[in-house]
Amino acid sequence: MSAEQPLTGRARPDRRPHTLKEWRKLGGYDAVERGLKTMTPEEVLDTVAAANLNGRGGAGFPAATKWRFMPKPGEAPGDGPSYFIVNGDEMEPGAFKDRILLEAVPHQLIEGAILAAYATHASEIIVLIRDAYRDAIANMTRAIAEAEKAGYLGKNVLGSGFDVKMWVHPSAGRYIVGEETALIEALEGKRAVPRKRPPFPAQSGLWGRPTTVNNVETVSCVSHIVGNGAQWFRALSKTEEGGTKVFGVSGRVNKPQIIEAPMGTTAAELIERAGGVSGTGVLRCFQPGGGASGFLEPAEADIPLDFAHVAKAGSMFGTGTMIVLDESACPVGVIARHMAFYARESCGWCTPCRDGLPWVAEIMARLERGEGRMEDLEVLRDTVEIAGPRGRTFCDLMGGAMSPLGTGLARFGDLFEAHVREGCCPIARDYGRAAA
Amino acid sequence: MSLSKHLRSAITEEMDHHGGPRAAMLESLRMIQQEHGWVSDEHLEEAATLLGVTTAEIEDVATFYSLIFRQPVGEKVILLCDGASCYLNGAEDVRDAVMKRLGIGFGQTTPDGKYTLINICCVGGCDHAPAGVIGRNRKLVGPLTPETIDEILGEDAK
Repeated sequence: MSAEQPLTGRARPDRRPHTLKEWRKLGGYDAVERGLKTMTPEEVLDTVAAANLNGRGGAGFPAATKWRFMPKPGEAPGDGPSYFIVNGDEMEPGAFKDRILLEAVPHQLIEGAILAAYATHASEIIVLIRDAYRDAIANMTRAIAEAEKAGYLGKNVLGSGFDVKMWVHPSAGRYIVGEETALIEALEGKRAVPRKRPPFPAQSGLWGRPTTVNNVETVSCVSHIVGNGAQWFRALSKTEEGGTKVFGVSGRVNKPQIIEAPMGTTAAELIERAGGVSGTGVLRCFQPGGGASGFLEPAEADIPLDFAHVAKAGSMFGTGTMIVLDESACPVGVIARHMAFYARESCGWCTPCRDGLPWVAEIMARLERGEGRMEDLEVLRDTVEIAGPRGRTFCDLMGGAMSPLGTGLARFGDLFEAHVREGCCPIARDYGRAAA
Repeated sequence: MSLSKHLRSAITEEMDHHGGPRAAMLESLRMIQQEHGWVSDEHLEEAATLLGVTTAEIEDVATFYSLIFRQPVGEKVILLCDGASCYLNGAEDVRDAVMKRLGIGFGQTTPDGKYTLINICCVGGCDHAPAGVIGRNRKLVGPLTPETIDEILGEDAK
């Protein structure tokens, strides 16, 4: 295992997963043995807290803080299990990082999930995986069966007195399922409409029981933290936020790929490692963390990429999977695709999102066709104002959608106006449709 | 045609598995679709009876999730990614070429029942952009080009 790439270093190039026996030879399940045999749940939790592990699903919330909301045995109201849920509903535009962790190194995720369940006093682990990731569903299901047979899952794991079950729930489409309370609704067999908070899932989650939901990459970090210690994990990073990050670089780059690198690596370095900017070879802008993250420009390509630094620059680190635009790519066109996507994926529950996003998408399409009006831009700015990040919607879907739109309007306002004034996309006109 | 004995017992088993009949609805629909390609009214009603839920309850779920098909689909379902990274790498040229080749738009099936074309949000294949997923096992394909779409459609698309 590469010390610099603990999460992906053991993944095979063809993503063929390891058998349990092969995984054991690579040091697999040592951390589970260590955690369950020599540490209390609180010690596991404290170690993860000391490691500064922030959630990798988008929000960057400290994992251990979320875990501490879970009631201790005897403190949970009523009878029944507590749940630890792994969110493998990766569908953010530009995000392809969880796929490799699910497909190629499923045992790593199981190890992390066992330790996380132990720390949060959960007795059942559910991995929800999107329908399109069939290899991930198959590989994870097989790995769970192996781990169960070997006694890492089930009753009294490794003689620790800890009981835990684990299974895979294959989903069936819809982006909103990735929202943690919508995901809980989905598991209960309902339409995936987000829930009102409070109560938070740790108080009342799946079937009203205490529940924690964490992203695949977050959970995949846990065995490394327990196995090697919090200091080691923090030292992997170039910033205050612990660990490596499974970055993604795609869009206009020559070799789009997953790159596991220290937290705090710059966009400039990642783009270079991905073969450099394609198209004209000149960077116009990038979204650092998937579709719902605000645009940054070349001047910001040298900031350390982590949750704090990217937020300070006016964007969001999100999934850490960047979308790159060269000079011949039009941000208005990209935003138009994003808006069409978020409009389609609205669950339809609240009005600003259900009715507002299709309206925004229609305006964007009109701008692209060269039929936009200057007053359209006012409508877009007003919508960002009303529904922007932390705006007046039920969940974060529309707020997320407003990030690229709002930063796009702020940074590329002249380009929006040029679409109206010139009656076409000026970039497509200059570089051709294939480019834009 | 009613559900096979095998499917009926799989659905019943799923109900006892985790969380009871409601939680088993989506997996039941998935199993029906895996065998029949889509979920007909008849099969939906039969699953509802087996699970002891109303037809409305199971229909509620079936119509929310975009990859549960409530209409017949072609032998091969082609899901083309419309995410930004694919767009930036020519996904719309590929889309146009596939539509022209098959003579159908998104959400449609060719008259011979061979292909159904659907757009899907980012398939997590940004490193293979423009990408798509094809067939019942959702095989990831890409990078696609207008020139190489025949490879994914197969000879019989001509």
